[in-house]
Amino acid sequence: MSQDIALQVNNLRVSYKTGGQEVKAVDDVSFKLYAGERLGIVGESGSGKTTLALALMRLHKPPASIEGGEALLDGRDLLALDREEMRSTRWSKLSLIPQGSMNSLNPVIKIKHQMADAIEAHERGWTKSEISKRIWHLLGRVGLPESVAEMYPHELSGGMKQRVCIALAIILEPSVIIADEPTSALDVVVQRVVMQTLNDVQAQLNAAMIIIGHDMGLMAQSADRLAVMYAGKMVEVSPIGSFFKDPQHPYSKLLISSLPSPEEKRELAGIPGSQPSLLELPSGCAFHPRCPVAVDHCKQVIPELRDISGDRRAACHLVEDQAS
Amino acid sequence: MKQAYFIRRLIMFFVVVVLAATLNFIIPRLAPGDPIGAVLEELRARGASTGGDAEDEIVAAYRARFGLDQPIQIQYFRFLFNTLRFDLGYSISYYPQKVEAALLRSLPWTVGLLAISTLLSFAAGSFFGAMMAWPRAPGVMQRFVPMFMVLSAVPYYLLGLILVYIFAFVMRLLPLGGAYSSGTVPRLDLDFLLDVIRHGILPALSILLTSVGFWALGMRGTMVTVLGEDYLTLAEAKGLPDRRIFFAYAMRNALLPQVTSLAIALGTVASGSVLVEVVFNYPGIGWLLYNALRSSDYYMVQGVTFFLVLTVAVSVLIVDLIYPLLDPRIER
Amino acid sequence: MIETFLRRSKAAGSYILRTPKLLLGLVLLSSLLLLGLLGPQFVDVEKARPISVKPSQPPSAEYPLGTDSGGRDVLAVIIVGTPQTLRMGLLAGIVGVVLGTSLGLIAGYFGGRIDMIISTATDTMLTIPPLAILLVVAASVRTMSVENMALIIALLSWMFPARTIRAQVLSLREQPYVHMARLAGLSDIRIIFEEIMPNILPLAAASFVGATSGAILAGIGLEVLGMGPQRTPTLGMTIYWAQLYSALIRGLWWWWLPPILVLIVLFVGLFLVSAAMDEFVNPRLRKTG
Repeated sequence: MSQDIALQVNNLRVSYKTGGQEVKAVDDVSFKLYAGERLGIVGESGSGKTTLALALMRLHKPPASIEGGEALLDGRDLLALDREEMRSTRWSKLSLIPQGSMNSLNPVIKIKHQMADAIEAHERGWTKSEISKRIWHLLGRVGLPESVAEMYPHELSGGMKQRVCIALAIILEPSVIIADEPTSALDVVVQRVVMQTLNDVQAQLNAAMIIIGHDMGLMAQSADRLAVMYAGKMVEVSPIGSFFKDPQHPYSKLLISSLPSPEEKRELAGIPGSQPSLLELPSGCAFHPRCPVAVDHCKQVIPELRDISGDRRAACHLVEDQAS
Repeated sequence: MKQAYFIRRLIMFFVVVVLAATLNFIIPRLAPGDPIGAVLEELRARGASTGGDAEDEIVAAYRARFGLDQPIQIQYFRFLFNTLRFDLGYSISYYPQKVEAALLRSLPWTVGLLAISTLLSFAAGSFFGAMMAWPRAPGVMQRFVPMFMVLSAVPYYLLGLILVYIFAFVMRLLPLGGAYSSGTVPRLDLDFLLDVIRHGILPALSILLTSVGFWALGMRGTMVTVLGEDYLTLAEAKGLPDRRIFFAYAMRNALLPQVTSLAIALGTVASGSVLVEVVFNYPGIGWLLYNALRSSDYYMVQGVTFFLVLTVAVSVLIVDLIYPLLDPRIER
Repeated sequence: MIETFLRRSKAAGSYILRTPKLLLGLVLLSSLLLLGLLGPQFVDVEKARPISVKPSQPPSAEYPLGTDSGGRDVLAVIIVGTPQTLRMGLLAGIVGVVLGTSLGLIAGYFGGRIDMIISTATDTMLTIPPLAILLVVAASVRTMSVENMALIIALLSWMFPARTIRAQVLSLREQPYVHMARLAGLSDIRIIFEEIMPNILPLAAASFVGATSGAILAGIGLEVLGMGPQRTPTLGMTIYWAQLYSALIRGLWWWWLPPILVLIVLFVGLFLVSAAMDEFVNPRLRKTG
């Protein structure tokens, strides 16, 4: 596979410092994002997926801080840019569809001004009427009437607000879009439709997209590849098809077996135990206390995320390399 | 639902106004001084009265003139009816002047001095407070916090006394009190305006210095909340310049709850004016009330207190009715 | 419930040691208290009476803060007046908070018609500008004493505690342990005293400091306008006399400045204690402070 790489993250570490203690929320995470692909990142809450998304845009708030690593976009390390360079890179190269899109629009400013200021901030040299046309065009593309431009956020439904956020995210045609649980606040029917809109505009733009979430069903519908996070680490990265067919990491297996299946009516399995506190991580593999197949070795040595076949990676001592 | 709220608010407003009018009727009648007696004493002091029959006649005439000879319930209903159509009766000490005329004469001074200093203090305090919460503001901003806290704990008229002593008495830069130099007649020209401004500096400054901290600390609180909102994260993600985020996203939203307090503060301007006007001999509503109390001028006291309650009640009503429009997040 | 209270007190104790606000505030307040308690040991308080010393003398070795034009030793006046002002404030604060807490408790716990009446009264009273009413009431009282003044002020300062306590009781009423107590057949009185009271005491204590500060502020306002206790040399009355006899333009700064400075120390102290207590009761404020 020789595809263009849109974003390459190497050994990213983000930690929270509270009361003299340091918590590794994102611990040594590396991955590649190819142009035009959709990479899903799943994990329980607290697994570090949202922290990862915010850190890539350098929007993390104290006490979170980036401890190391790099994030290469167009050959430049985002983590090393100065404030002004980072400001102009945001949105023009890398945009965000936020988690709480219910509250992500400024309640006292009209939609059109909230879209226009993103353009104006990046000095594209567009005239007022060009900006208006662009806004109407984008609203149309996400299935909203032009009149939405003149409205305030509270006049829109949740699904409409989310569409505005999608339109906003592609307004400058960025090469990478980060969608942080883009549909978590919507009801199920609206979720599917909004997700479809998102996939469509992303495909037209040929932007790369990171979709963060915990809904495996939505991931199956949208993502090309899936990365699984557990306690701040990536434990498996696989193409979506092979992930569902043959999950490698024991945690991935449990995730899939806990899904309800339309064919067979059986009890939801769930995953026994709960994610450990980041303050008191177990030794060795952080998953071993919940792992059905853990051996002594797992309690002592932290497994590396390594290639197990051409396009699959996993971090487990018990997964055997599959020659490709 | 919305209509019910509207009606409920209006009824409450009406209850407050009638209640205030009633209290106004009762309380001064419990007072020890007799208004007619006060007038007589003044007449005696001027040598205009010698006592005896002539004096009794004057008393009877006065009582009839002010309706004090009527049964108490008639007095009450007449009072209530007149008050509600803003006929506040005659001033006893300045007869035949009407109370509402005196009120209207004093009002511009109070509004001019207090409303302007309240607005200035609101603007400056809100900006300072917003900067104190802004993470990318210069570090010096944080040093203002203790200063604002100390200043906001000091009563403004006490600070006013210290300011008068320093700037008016020791340095002789500014006048000791009053609204304009004695001997000048109020008129509309530049000289008079400058004179009024010179007289207003110290009282305004004492209000400004002691209230700016209140606005700053309040603004800092709401600003911290707003800075944690999702729309601020998105604004930053959009790559907006700091100025735009600060003013259009953070400050504009944080100002909403502050505006409520401002409306109420403006409503209480008149009643808060008593002390500052007495300390600075400033001829506003507060000064009027103070003098009316000293001379047991029933109708004047009633009129001024009623007016004060009315201004507060009206501003609270306006805030309650307007707030859902200002803040779209309130369910409608 | 006693344990909850003790645990809270312990938490409060450890919080005191960590916040400089409360410590500084307590130091300021106790220094004023010491002034009133120990002052009479060193200064002859008889000289606080009129015509007991040579009038209008600037500060000297004999009279460290000079004398006023009524023939009083200003230092002696301050030593006598500070505790009087504190007494007025504490008295008004206690009466106001006890009144407000009881009304808030009754309104919040019993709800219904009683709640409606009390809440309406509270809201109505909050709309009426207190100083205007205070002035009118104070002007109607024949002889003003410290106690009278405290009572009058207290009658206008119960609304804020009533409102906060009511809100707190409303949420406490729905707590599982209150439901349990009700199911167990405990009487309303016992539920109020054993289950609810311990949880609103910190809040009542915090509003007590605020109410005391507000009462002193209102009291000084009345006194500066000349409607305070004429025969007691409180701090506010001292400022009033100084104003009345034009101390300012006669250059007798030692007459009016000391009471103002003492009052500033008092207000700043009360403000710090009150802010620290608010932070303790409402931990969300701590981050911003």
